[in-house]
Amino acid sequence: MNLHEYQAKPLFARFGVPVPAGRVAGNRAEAEAATRSLGGELWVVKAQIHAGGRGKAGGVKLCRSAAEAGAAAEAMIGRRLVTHQTQAQGLPIEKVWVECGSAIARELYLSLVVDRSRECLAFIASAAGGMEIEEVAAKHPEQIITVAINPASGFSGFEARRLAFALGLEGGQVKAFTRLARGLYDLFVAKDASLIEINPLIVTAAGELLALDAKVNLDDNALFRHQDLADLRDPSQEDATEAEAGEHGLNYVSLDGDIACMVNGAGLAMATMDLIKLAGGEPANFLDVGGSATAERVTVAFRLILSNPRVKAILVNIFGGIVHCDMIAEGVINAVKGVGVPVPVVVRLEGTNVEAGRKLLTESGLDIIAAENLTDAAEKAVAAARHTQREGKPS
Amino acid sequence: MSILIDRDTRVICQGFTGRQGTFHSEQAIAYGTRLVGGVTPGRGGETHLDRPVFNTCREAVEATGAGASMIYVPAPFAADAILEAAAAGIETIVCITEGIPVLDMVRVKAALKGSSVRLVGPNCPGVITPGECKIGIMPGHIHRPGKVGIVSRSGTLTYVAVYQTTLEGLGQSTCVGIGGDPVHGLGFVEVLALFQQDSATQAIVMVGEIGGNDEEQAAEYIRSEVTKPVVAYIAGVTAPPGKRMGHAGAIISGGKGTAGHKFAALERAGVTTVRSSADIGRAVTQVLG
Repeated sequence: MNLHEYQAKPLFARFGVPVPAGRVAGNRAEAEAATRSLGGELWVVKAQIHAGGRGKAGGVKLCRSAAEAGAAAEAMIGRRLVTHQTQAQGLPIEKVWVECGSAIARELYLSLVVDRSRECLAFIASAAGGMEIEEVAAKHPEQIITVAINPASGFSGFEARRLAFALGLEGGQVKAFTRLARGLYDLFVAKDASLIEINPLIVTAAGELLALDAKVNLDDNALFRHQDLADLRDPSQEDATEAEAGEHGLNYVSLDGDIACMVNGAGLAMATMDLIKLAGGEPANFLDVGGSATAERVTVAFRLILSNPRVKAILVNIFGGIVHCDMIAEGVINAVKGVGVPVPVVVRLEGTNVEAGRKLLTESGLDIIAAENLTDAAEKAVAAARHTQREGKPS
Repeated sequence: MSILIDRDTRVICQGFTGRQGTFHSEQAIAYGTRLVGGVTPGRGGETHLDRPVFNTCREAVEATGAGASMIYVPAPFAADAILEAAAAGIETIVCITEGIPVLDMVRVKAALKGSSVRLVGPNCPGVITPGECKIGIMPGHIHRPGKVGIVSRSGTLTYVAVYQTTLEGLGQSTCVGIGGDPVHGLGFVEVLALFQQDSATQAIVMVGEIGGNDEEQAAEYIRSEVTKPVVAYIAGVTAPPGKRMGHAGAIISGGKGTAGHKFAALERAGVTTVRSSADIGRAVTQVLG
């Protein structure tokens, strides 16, 4: 789960990570009021979406009066913002963050991540802030410093100093950085984050450190112990189909192709996508119906798949382990009868109760294409998609 | 021979009386696993599936001499269950549970550092030595005792590899699902080392997926240490960057962890790779000549 900047910055402040003073606003009047309560002469109005690259896309406006800030807020709210990190349709802006403008002397990069190969947390820092860190990594790998934190000892002062000096900080900034980095570490651990990123972390003209941006991703698996954070979830920023799938215990990711797949197990689901590609087709989605796929779940899965108007064929690939093939077959039959599936369905079953499953499919009298094996299934699905014309979007 | 577990392995189940624990314990017993008891705090002294229930792992180990544990404890309590098993002296711990917070696993791994515990998982199908011992959720009947060692990050893809090697008449020495989480127990390298030492294993199948660099490390290890033929398949050639593909660990981030990169690393190490998961069994038959 991702937090918005307006949710993350107050969290930063609570853990002693300095941020510019700011207020969230949902309309023009609130934005104008925010500038007045913040005071000063320069404000930044920032679109609140779950994606980076807002500045270049027109989602960050510098304003010199309350009226200007109000106008900027009004221009953003209710629109969708397309950045290089969003899909083509962009993400809806429902709120803006209004904060005091800062005089920037230097832009740095700082993030805290789970380093999976070292099995610990690691800070990643660079003096080349403001740029995409992937770009820095590709062009100037020597400008990136990684400091892995020993989980047994926790974050130590020397590790903070190593980062601070590598970032070219000096004097009182070193101590300020140590406080800031410790705050981030404590926040990460206390709230079960999976990524915290500040880009840019600035040194102001007065020599102070300030987190100008705040990206916080949380570990979904740990949300059960952070109800306060779980409540901050913003469904408007999520793919509606993916979110609905999640509510039914399904794992769905939409892709650009036209052959849908329904598979049990994440690895097999990816392998099925790959098989479709090898057979000359393009997968429309990743869909894992999970280890305990019931007939009901299969029905929901069909509905989700068909909500994508591009889908021209469906490939069901089940390896029955815990999931019994006859149960899946029943689910497929019910779905085809109940939901009304306007595209060809290719089914490949293997494993537990496979004979019973195949028998159910054959005797159902429905137009379901049975596949012998993995390759055969992918080839049949690709061939079926080529001959399908879909008219309109099914309800 | 086999790796990790065999017919003499005495196994306990943590989360024994729960729904998952009960179902898979029944399956394990039916398969012939020496399941000697289980742990459910507060239910000590009871009998479940004709076997004793203990309050703690320590009591279970003292009473039964168990050397392995399979964990079906719910995710919020699973890290604690792993640490309890380790503290009780259990050396082979197989954690099936999915959805453990990653920072819990970071703490567990730090605590296990330097110990002789071999943790498999979490978020994995488990370990099976066909015909001898089954610890996990895999369907036992698709396995056959044989000569192929299988190691995989994915559950159902492991079954695909197993099924194909069974159909090819090769069978399996031991199959290990190392799990789909970013921070986990045994990795490819450790399992490859065990297979290399195991006299029953004549060929190795390695099934990887996008995310992380375990496969790249495995490729390095194979190049320098593994003399047995290895067949590898990596899932997720078509996975888009930045999207989590079901498993918490299956994500391409910052252009790293792509299937293409992993295939290339393995091929440079002399591994036989297959681009289709349907070709795994046949490729093993070929490398065994």
